Amino acid sequence: MTSETIFLTPTDLSLAALLVIALALVSRRMGLGLAGQTIVAAFRTTFQLCLVGLVLKVVFASINPLLIASMALVMLVAAAREVVARQKRRFVGWWGFGMGAGSMFVSSFAITTFALAAIIGVDPWYTPQYAIPLLGMMLGNTMTGISLGLDRLTESAWERRSTIEGRLMLGHTWSEAIGEIRRTSVRSAMIPTINSMAAAGLVSLPGMMTGQILAGNPPLEAVKYQILIMFIISAGTGFGALIAVWTGARRLFDERHRLRLDRLKTAGQ
Amino acid sequence: MEKQLVPRLQVDNLFIHGVGPVSLDIEKGECVGLSGPSGSGKSLLLRAIADMEPHGGTICLDGTEQALIPAPAWRRQVGLLPSESRWWSDTVGDHFAMSAASGLNRLGFDAGIMTWPVSRLSSGERQRLALLRLLENQPHLLLLDEPTANLDEETSAKVEALIRAYREETDAAVVWVGHQRAQLNRVASRFFAMESGRMISRGGVP
Repeated sequence: MTSETIFLTPTDLSLAALLVIALALVSRRMGLGLAGQTIVAAFRTTFQLCLVGLVLKVVFASINPLLIASMALVMLVAAAREVVARQKRRFVGWWGFGMGAGSMFVSSFAITTFALAAIIGVDPWYTPQYAIPLLGMMLGNTMTGISLGLDRLTESAWERRSTIEGRLMLGHTWSEAIGEIRRTSVRSAMIPTINSMAAAGLVSLPGMMTGQILAGNPPLEAVKYQILIMFIISAGTGFGALIAVWTGARRLFDERHRLRLDRLKTAGQ
Repeated sequence: MEKQLVPRLQVDNLFIHGVGPVSLDIEKGECVGLSGPSGSGKSLLLRAIADMEPHGGTICLDGTEQALIPAPAWRRQVGLLPSESRWWSDTVGDHFAMSAASGLNRLGFDAGIMTWPVSRLSSGERQRLALLRLLENQPHLLLLDEPTANLDEETSAKVEALIRAYREETDAAVVWVGHQRAQLNRVASRFFAMESGRMISRGGVP
């Protein structure tokens, strides 16, 4: 450590809160209808983050694999629910949830474990100070990618159902009939991550790196971690989206190569 | 000897979404006319025979049951021409495996049409090209859902002639869904009508 970390006091946070209150007041004066929402969101962020802070304090205090595993499970379930919530047309039954959870589990968990054990080399590999934030960043990003990919897949299949069926009628396989849609869906899942890799450092300093620098770490050390994070996030998002979109595309057809849009339902119905 | 006696298509107790039970045999080289008001289940029946919808009952082509043939192979043998043609690529030629040169002339096209963008085609041209595209698969059974609905009289006659020639050359069977009695009378020899999900035989009367 080269410099001391400055700890924030409740007074410091209250000063920042004044800014949010000022924003709420202005938006109320202008009739934007956002004043209530802003205040509620500010309370939620305070409450949720304090809660997570307390939980992390307990989890970090004891390196208990069971505790860490259950925390990881809660994060996975929350992320999978979020994937479902972001779909306009969802797979009926457990498929929507299972597809999100399954693909995130395979990609995020596998890659996070690899990063912890083989790259960072922390001992034991599940040391929560490393494992939990890393997994959180992985899940947060793969979640976005997977929901983009699945949303594009189901929406395109719905819009282009008649041409998909037209190809099936001519004897094309399900895979040929949906191939182009499947490719564009994975592409739209991966583009945000690739773009953020390309723009990193030029447009904004990534959050994790900013945090490390604020905490007093040398910038180059923070940069190394950030590069690692960028790499594993793009791999996780890419592989996760591939798994989810491929599984989803298969699920849109039955064993007789029929397009089964009855396996989707529109959100809110 | 026995092979000769197997009908081209055997439909037994077919059920699909409130349509049925439908039972029907069609012989090799035969063309059957099917009419009925819209919503009576004609298109659904064709879709079930092409295995595009989950359905009950058994369907055999040349004596082989549907479930025993992989779906893509089944659909190449059972050619369904939907009432509205479907195009998924920009250029006409992308939709054809080889150039369908022989049929092109018969329907009034020259080979250059293969380089055309699909968006330049009229709905009648699309319908005729969709038929040629379907015949490329050499189907044993044709399921035609109002194949001349968008065509003028002259082009309709060309389409009728092409289908008749294909039927005579290959011994394919045809189910022709249509509304015009005169046309059905010209193309088919046996007639059925659908009425709210049930199929009624009309014998030789279109």
